[in-house]
Amino acid sequence: MDFPILSYLIFIPLIGCVVLLFLPKEKFGLIRWTSAFFSFIPMVLSFWLTYDYFFNYSHTADFYYMEGPFSWISTISANYFLGVDGISVPMLFLTGLLSFISIIASFNIVTRVKEYFVFFLLLETGMIGVFCALDFFLFYVFWEVMLVPMYFLIGIWGGPRKEYAAIKFFLYTLFGSIFMLVAILVLYFTSEPHTLNMLELIQTAPGFLTHGLQLFCFVFFFIAFAIKVPVWPFHTWLPDAHVEAPTAVSVILAGVLLKMGTYGMLRISWPMLPEATRYFAVPIAILGLIGIIYGALVSMAQKDLKKLVAYSSVSHMGYCMLSLGAFTSVTAITGCMFQMVSHGLITGALFLLVGVLYDRAHTREIAAFGGLGAKIPVYTGLMVLFSMASLGLPGMSGFVSEFMVFIGSFASGIPHFKLLTALAVLGVVLTAGYMLRMVQRMFLGEFNKEKWGGLTEINIRELLIVSPLAFLTIAIGFFPAPLSDLMEATIENLVQLMAR
Amino acid sequence: MMETFDYNLKLIIPEVFLFLWALTVIVFDVGTKRRKSDSVGYLTMAGLAVTGILLYNFHGGISFNNMFSSDILALFFKVIFLGSAFMAVGSSFGLASDKIKNHRGEYYGLILFSTVGMMFLSSSNELISLYVGLELTTIPLFVLAAFYKDSKVSVEAGMKYLIVGAFSSAILLYGLSLLYGFTGTTDLTMMKINLSLLFLSAGKIGPGLILAIVMIVAGIGFKLALVPFHMWAPDVYQGAPTPITAFLSVGSKAAGVVAFARIFVHGLIAFSDPVMKPLDWGIIVAVMAAAAMVLGNITALRQHNIKRMLAYSSIAQIGYLMIGMVAVSELGIASIGFYMFVYLFANMGAFAVATLFNDETGSDSIRSYSGLSKSSPALSACMAIFLLSLAGIPPLGGFAAKYMVFAAGIEAGYNWLVILGLLTAVVSLYYYANVIKLMYFSPDNSHVKINIHPAARLVLVLGVVGIIIIGIYPEPVLKIAMESAVLFALP
Repeated sequence: MDFPILSYLIFIPLIGCVVLLFLPKEKFGLIRWTSAFFSFIPMVLSFWLTYDYFFNYSHTADFYYMEGPFSWISTISANYFLGVDGISVPMLFLTGLLSFISIIASFNIVTRVKEYFVFFLLLETGMIGVFCALDFFLFYVFWEVMLVPMYFLIGIWGGPRKEYAAIKFFLYTLFGSIFMLVAILVLYFTSEPHTLNMLELIQTAPGFLTHGLQLFCFVFFFIAFAIKVPVWPFHTWLPDAHVEAPTAVSVILAGVLLKMGTYGMLRISWPMLPEATRYFAVPIAILGLIGIIYGALVSMAQKDLKKLVAYSSVSHMGYCMLSLGAFTSVTAITGCMFQMVSHGLITGALFLLVGVLYDRAHTREIAAFGGLGAKIPVYTGLMVLFSMASLGLPGMSGFVSEFMVFIGSFASGIPHFKLLTALAVLGVVLTAGYMLRMVQRMFLGEFNKEKWGGLTEINIRELLIVSPLAFLTIAIGFFPAPLSDLMEATIENLVQLMAR
Repeated sequence: MMETFDYNLKLIIPEVFLFLWALTVIVFDVGTKRRKSDSVGYLTMAGLAVTGILLYNFHGGISFNNMFSSDILALFFKVIFLGSAFMAVGSSFGLASDKIKNHRGEYYGLILFSTVGMMFLSSSNELISLYVGLELTTIPLFVLAAFYKDSKVSVEAGMKYLIVGAFSSAILLYGLSLLYGFTGTTDLTMMKINLSLLFLSAGKIGPGLILAIVMIVAGIGFKLALVPFHMWAPDVYQGAPTPITAFLSVGSKAAGVVAFARIFVHGLIAFSDPVMKPLDWGIIVAVMAAAAMVLGNITALRQHNIKRMLAYSSIAQIGYLMIGMVAVSELGIASIGFYMFVYLFANMGAFAVATLFNDETGSDSIRSYSGLSKSSPALSACMAIFLLSLAGIPPLGGFAAKYMVFAAGIEAGYNWLVILGLLTAVVSLYYYANVIKLMYFSPDNSHVKINIHPAARLVLVLGVVGIIIIGIYPEPVLKIAMESAVLFALP
C-alpha cells in the first residue's frame, strides 16, 4: 500500500491536538475551525476508504490497506499492525462522520475551549485506532487511550454530577480492560511462538487452547467488552455518563464507544474462541434479552429526556447481543452490524436533538414541555423522525436491523433461540411505547405559552449536523443492500470461523 | 595459597569522582560563605551529569576479586540512582534558598554521599560490600530526613528512620551471617554453586537456611517498605523534606531492589526451584507483594496529605515491582529494571510538583490543589501526566512498565498475583484521579500562581518527556533492561 491511509486516519487528529496546543487560548474561532479541519480530513478519508473498499475489495474476506507488521517492542513481540475488513470499514465510516459532527456540535462550548478540543481530537485518535489495530498490544493501547480524554470531557464540561459520572466511567471501563489484559497475556504466552498478532491468533488459537483456557479467555474478554457495550448487568455506568456528559460527548459515547464492545466481540472473542462462543451462546442471548426488556422498561419510567435516550441504548444494544448469540447465522451477524450502525446514527441524532432543546430550555424534563409541535415544527419533525427510526418504523434503518436480528436469531438453529427471539420482539412494542409517549407528552397536547413562548427554532448549524444522520437513516432503511454487500464476505467468513 | 588480587581501579572512577564532588560541593558552599544559593545546586547537578558520562566510559568488568562487578544491571540501576539524585536536587532549589539556607552544602553533599552508596551497592557481588553499600546509602538519609531541625515532624521522621533502619540492618546482617555459615562464602556466585551442591546432596533445605532467608527478606523488606515492614514509611515520608522523600522513594528503593535481586535471584536462586515449594522464598515474596498492593492502595485512598498518599502509593508500586522479582526469569529481571526506570520519572516528577506547590503555598493537603489547573495549567498538566503514569494508563510509561511485570508474572504462572495486581491498579486510579479531579474539575479557590525555578522546570520537562517517550517507544530502554538480566543466566 503506497498511501498509508489508516495511519493518516489515526494520526491526523493527533496532529490536530498538537497544533491546538500552540494556538492562543483566547481565539475561540480559530481553535474551533482548526479542530473542525482536523476532524474533517479523517472524515473525508473514511468516506473515501468506504467507497474504495466497497467497489474494490468487498467481495473477499481479506484485510486491506494493511500496514505492517512493523516491529514496535520486540521484547514482547508487539507490532504496529493495521488493517481493515468488512466489519471495521462501517465502524470507521461512523466514527469519521460522528466525530466531525460532534466537533461542529461543540461550537457552543465557551469554557476552556482549547482544552476541550484537544481532548476531543485525542479521543478521535483512540477510537479510529481501535477499529484499525490488528495487534493486541496496539489494540489495547488505543482502547485505553480513549479513557483519559473521556474522563476529562465528562468531568470538566459535564452536568451537575459530572465528577461522579466521570470517575465512575473511568473506573468501570478500566476495571473491564484489565480482564482483557489478562486474557491477552494468557493468549500470548500460550501461543507458540509467542505472538500478539490477532490474525495469526484467529487462525491458531482454537488449536492450541484447551477447552478450559478457551472458556477462561472468553469470560475475561467478555467482561471487558460487555462493560463497554454495555450488557446488562454491567450497564450502570452508562446512564450516569450519558446524562452528565456534554451533548457532543454523549453522541460519541452512544455512537462509537458502545460499538467498540460489540466490535471487540466480533473481531476477537468470537472468531478466536469458537468453542467458548458455542458454549456461552445461550447465556449471552439471555443477557441480551434481559437488556432489551430491562432497558425498555426503565426508559419508560424516565422523566429526563436524556436519560430516556440513554436507557434506550441499553435496550438497543441488547439486540446486538441477541444476534451475537446466534453466531451460526450470517443474517443475525449482519443484523448486529446493521444495528450497530443504525443505533450510532439514530441515538447520535437523538442526543444532538436533546442537546439542542436543552441549550434553549435549560431543562430536559419531559413533563415540563407540551405542545412544542406548534412552536418549533422543524425540530419536532426531526425528533419524531428519529423516534420513529428508534422504534423500528419500516423505511428507516432501525427496522432493517431489528428485522434482520429477529429472523437471523430465530432461524439460527441453536436450541432455545426461537423462544428467546419471540420474547425479544416484545422489546419493539415496549420501545414504541416509551418513544410514542415521549413524543406525545412533549410535542402534542397543550402548549404552555407563558413558559415556552420564547423558545426558538433549531438553527442552521444544528440542522446541518443532524441532516446527514437523517439522510443516512432513511437511506439505509430504504436501500440497505450496499451496506450488507460491503460486509457480506467478511461476515460469511466470520461465521465459518466460528463454526470450527 | 596466595590469591592474586585484581584491583581494576578504572571501574570505580565514577564512584570516586562523585565522592570527591560531594566534598567539593560542601567546601564550595562554605567557601562562598553560603551566599550562592543556586550555584551550589547547579554544581551538584553538574557533578551528577559528569558522573553519568564517566559511567558510560568506565564500565564492563570485574574488580576487587569479584567483589565489584560493573555489569549492565549495575549500570542500569546506577543511571536510575543518578537520575533520582539529579531530579531531587533539581527540585530542591526552593528549599535551598529558604528553609535550609544555612546548611545547603551539607544537604546536597549528603545526597551525593548516599548516591555513592547506592552505586557501590548495585555493583557489589558479595555480601560484605553489599552491606557496606547499603549502610552508606541509608546513613546520610537519616540525616536528610531530619533536615528541618526546627520541625518536630521532620526530626521525628529522622529518628524513626534511624531506629527502624538500624534495626533492620541488624536483622539483615544476622541473616547474612547465617547464610555465610551455611555456604562458607560471601561471594554470591560461589554461593549459588555451593547452595546448588548442598541442595543436590541433602535433597532439602534445613530450618537454619530458612531462618536466614526470612531474616534477609525482613531486613531488605524494611528498606523497601514492603508490607508488613512498611509502618515507618508514611511518617518518614511525610516529615522529611519533600525532595528527600522523593529520593527515598525512588533512589533508596531502587537500591533495595537491586540488593534483593542480587541476593535472591542470583545467590539464592536454588531456592526458587519448583520442587522446593512452598518453602522457597518466591512464595513468601509473592504473598508480601500481594499484601503490599492491597494494603498500599487501599490505605492511599484515605489520605488527605499528598506526601502520605504518595508514600502509600509507593508501597503499592513496590508490590507491583516484586511480581517481576518472584517471576525469577529474564523477563522478570528486565521488567523490574524497566519498572524502576519509569517509576523514577513519574514519582520524582510527582514529588517535584508537590515540592513546588509546598514552596509556594506551604500546604501539603490534597484539597488545596483544587482549581490548580486554572492558575498553573502547565504544572497541573505535568502532575496529571505523572499521576496517570503511576496509575498505568497508556500510552504513558507507567503502562508499559506494568505490562512488563504482569507479563513476567503470567509467564511464571503467578496468575492470581497478576489478577490481584490489576484489580488493585483500578483501585489506585481512584486516588490518583482524585487529585486530577480537584485540579481540573473543581472551581478555582486558590488563585495561586506557582513560580517554577528553571532547575525545577528542567526536572518536570525531563519527567514528562521521559514518561511519554518511554511510553510510546520503550524498545531501547527495554533492550538494555533485557541485557542486564543476562548475567543471572536465567531461563
